[in-house]
Amino acid sequence: MSQPVASAIPAPTEAPVYQEINYLNADRGVASWLKTLDHKRIGVMYFASVLLTFLLGGIFAMIVRFELTTPEPTFIGANTYNRMFTLHGMVMVFLFMIPAIPGVFGNFCLPLMLGAKDVAFPRLNLMSLYVYWVGSAIVLTGVITGGADSGWTFYAPYSTSTPMTLFPVLLGVFVLGFSSILTGLNFIVTVHTLRAPGITWMKMPLFVWAIYATSIIQVLATPVIGLTTLLVGIEKVGGFGFFDPGRGGDPVLMQHLFWFYSHPAVYIMVLPAMGVMSEIVAAFARKNIFGYKMIAYSSLGIAFVGFFAWGHHMFVSGQSSFDGGGFAVISMLVGVFTAIKVFNWVGTLYRGAILVTAPFIYLCGFLFFIVFGGMTGIALATISPDVHWHDTYFVVAHFHFIMVGAVIMAFLAAIHYWFPKMFGKTYNEGWAMVAAAFIVLGFNATFIPQFLAGNGGMPRRYYIYPERFTGLNVASTMGSTLLAFGFVIILIYLIFALMRGKIAGENPWHSKGYEWRTSSPPIKENFAETLEYPEEPHTYREPGEEPEHVII
Amino acid sequence: MNDIMRSILWLPEQASTFAKKVDQLHYFIFAVTMASSLLVGFAAVIFFFKYRERRARQSTPIVEPSVRFELTVIAIPLIFFLAWFVQGFRDFVWYTTPPKNTMDVYVMGKKWMWKFAYPEGPNAIGTLHVPSDRPVRLLLTSRDVIHSFFVPEFRVKMDALPGRYTELWFEATKPGRYQILCAEYCGTWHSQMWGEVVVMPPAEFDDWMTQQKAGLLSDRVDTGGDDGPGFHGTLVEYGKRVAMAQGCLKCHSLTGEPHIGPTWLDLYRRRETLETGETIIADEGYLTDSMIDPRAKIVKGYKPVMPTYRGRLTAPDAAALVEFIKSLRSQNLENVPSKEAVYEPARR
Repeated sequence: MSQPVASAIPAPTEAPVYQEINYLNADRGVASWLKTLDHKRIGVMYFASVLLTFLLGGIFAMIVRFELTTPEPTFIGANTYNRMFTLHGMVMVFLFMIPAIPGVFGNFCLPLMLGAKDVAFPRLNLMSLYVYWVGSAIVLTGVITGGADSGWTFYAPYSTSTPMTLFPVLLGVFVLGFSSILTGLNFIVTVHTLRAPGITWMKMPLFVWAIYATSIIQVLATPVIGLTTLLVGIEKVGGFGFFDPGRGGDPVLMQHLFWFYSHPAVYIMVLPAMGVMSEIVAAFARKNIFGYKMIAYSSLGIAFVGFFAWGHHMFVSGQSSFDGGGFAVISMLVGVFTAIKVFNWVGTLYRGAILVTAPFIYLCGFLFFIVFGGMTGIALATISPDVHWHDTYFVVAHFHFIMVGAVIMAFLAAIHYWFPKMFGKTYNEGWAMVAAAFIVLGFNATFIPQFLAGNGGMPRRYYIYPERFTGLNVASTMGSTLLAFGFVIILIYLIFALMRGKIAGENPWHSKGYEWRTSSPPIKENFAETLEYPEEPHTYREPGEEPEHVII
Repeated sequence: MNDIMRSILWLPEQASTFAKKVDQLHYFIFAVTMASSLLVGFAAVIFFFKYRERRARQSTPIVEPSVRFELTVIAIPLIFFLAWFVQGFRDFVWYTTPPKNTMDVYVMGKKWMWKFAYPEGPNAIGTLHVPSDRPVRLLLTSRDVIHSFFVPEFRVKMDALPGRYTELWFEATKPGRYQILCAEYCGTWHSQMWGEVVVMPPAEFDDWMTQQKAGLLSDRVDTGGDDGPGFHGTLVEYGKRVAMAQGCLKCHSLTGEPHIGPTWLDLYRRRETLETGETIIADEGYLTDSMIDPRAKIVKGYKPVMPTYRGRLTAPDAAALVEFIKSLRSQNLENVPSKEAVYEPARR
């Protein structure tokens, strides 16, 4: 093994620099933000918006958790409880999780990673943000005034026969879909047309690959949820019979339509998270990605295969056993693609130079959650155990491991990793580690008891539950409190960092990612000059140094 | 071993033949999950301690997987996943294919209760009696929204859909009482849509069934379960008795003639115009409301003279009255208790 001599590498001598005139202050005034076409500013506005929706969804989650501390009614009524879990699901899925990583970090990083000045259609990008705001406003007004109580899945004929007003919520989800489609379309065109000279497809950062695969799903699958919400809304308001058998419809058809979008939607949430983690494992192991092509292609594989797995949500819905078998096999393939990524992330650590930081702690948490969340997902797709697990807390725990565990870990990791680039400041690493510990432990304490409650047969969406599950529910609520505490710590030190944080400099992590090759915060035009891209984005060697090549 | 695993995983007892199959596969899946995640975890921990950053901007070698390595890491999980699938699908097909000699029970879910009807036998609400060691097939449907019939100890679950029949079968192995839960969200009291399966030894069950058919048993269940009124007939007959005892028939005729109050014949789901000019459908809700708060919605042409029956009618009384009114159809003057579903779905 040829150890390069330390002195051969020039040590950074200059002090970190804060770019005084940057995208944040190049133009001033509220109007300059509202009319901006800058992808970075749009990313920051998405950031502020999804933090608010996350806070809202989190409050609903805590209300649900506290209600469940006793098997009897605790402090809210049955109908309020039903509205609370509906709100939690709708806000978290449609308002937070789907736009979170693509909207914030996709917008902020994608052009920087491609050496581009902006996305392909900057006006469309701003429009998708406005559509997101309008859709969110409609959804929130709808849930507050109408009292939607159908769960985020709005299965017919419950949703079309509930006395509550559901139409505004459905309309809001319909509108939000357009935002999602526009963002996806924009990113696809950007990746195809705006790569800087030298960035070939096989030199794109893996986050770009992940966002690219996500965008394909967004463009192709989202129209189906639009159709579904439209049909449910028309049935509810106009008395048409698409899904209600009393009016000649078929309720199982509604489930097929719903999951045709909502299963790929899981990958709209998870693929960007996987992309973030690919960047972070490379940056903090200071190591080229082990099996770059495998990770890139498996993103596309998941995007493709994910379209054909929807029926595994419906094994006991009355669909045929043959359908069940087909959907189960396809689900196994999604599992294999995910497994490939996990092996390759762990493989990236091999012979790396690991720097333990808050994002790295989140990476460890992420690996744990994706392994258990993924494996329990495959277990659920094995059909016969699902007969027992279906619609129990086992399912709740499984998808929270993926959607909360994996995706939130990635979201937090991304915030910590790119915060210095976005705002030019650093946060307090010690507090970040403390918060990360709270969050990883809190997640486990919240959701592992839910796996056990599901095994025991506790159905989901239960306001009152059999007494034997009291202990597990109390444990889960305690875990969620830890978790909430962790989020509060993060919020405090990030606000502090924004105001008084130390100057980060261009590249505080010494990352080789292309997005770091500009000032922090970046200037409005992204790059002062046209850069060259001789290296892959994840290769950790100094210029002119001949690296050791190992093939396993 | 089985009991240890069961208590680690918090699984309820195994009270059906299917439960044993499900749990066997569950243990296998659990073992593979734990083993593989431990392996991945160990690898990560070893790398973590061995390859720490020693200098800022340290260079690292470029490590790439060979094609053979890649194929191996694809093949290993795929083999395990497919092994799970093969066993899981076999068991699932077994579960969705009832044997020929099942005892059938019709199950209707409605907000928020389960109703059971035995062909040529008794009806019941909330409590399902079945024999142990005999296959039982449930033919499920729903009167309103989607429900899901779930007995954790049997590891069985199937959605009950409005407008179609689904089926589920099980063979209980241990006499006892097991909880039925609704697993598909169905509104306000979804979490209280509970029932009970009473599994009896076969001989005991046969006796019970004979007595049910003869109507001899004092705890006959077809009037609403254990806490129902002490009357051993159908709900409709009971409702007729309540109507006579409460004096309803002094003002409401059963013949179609208007009297002091509207006639009950064909009243159920009749469109009525109210004094206010509004039209309503006389459904269960309206009928019950009119017993409790009769002056709230007066049908046009009648005087608001009916006293309230709040406190004078128990909930089962009111329900029985509604059932009685529902049975009064002009084509169907005889008091035939409504039969639950008799359609038998084609065998797949």
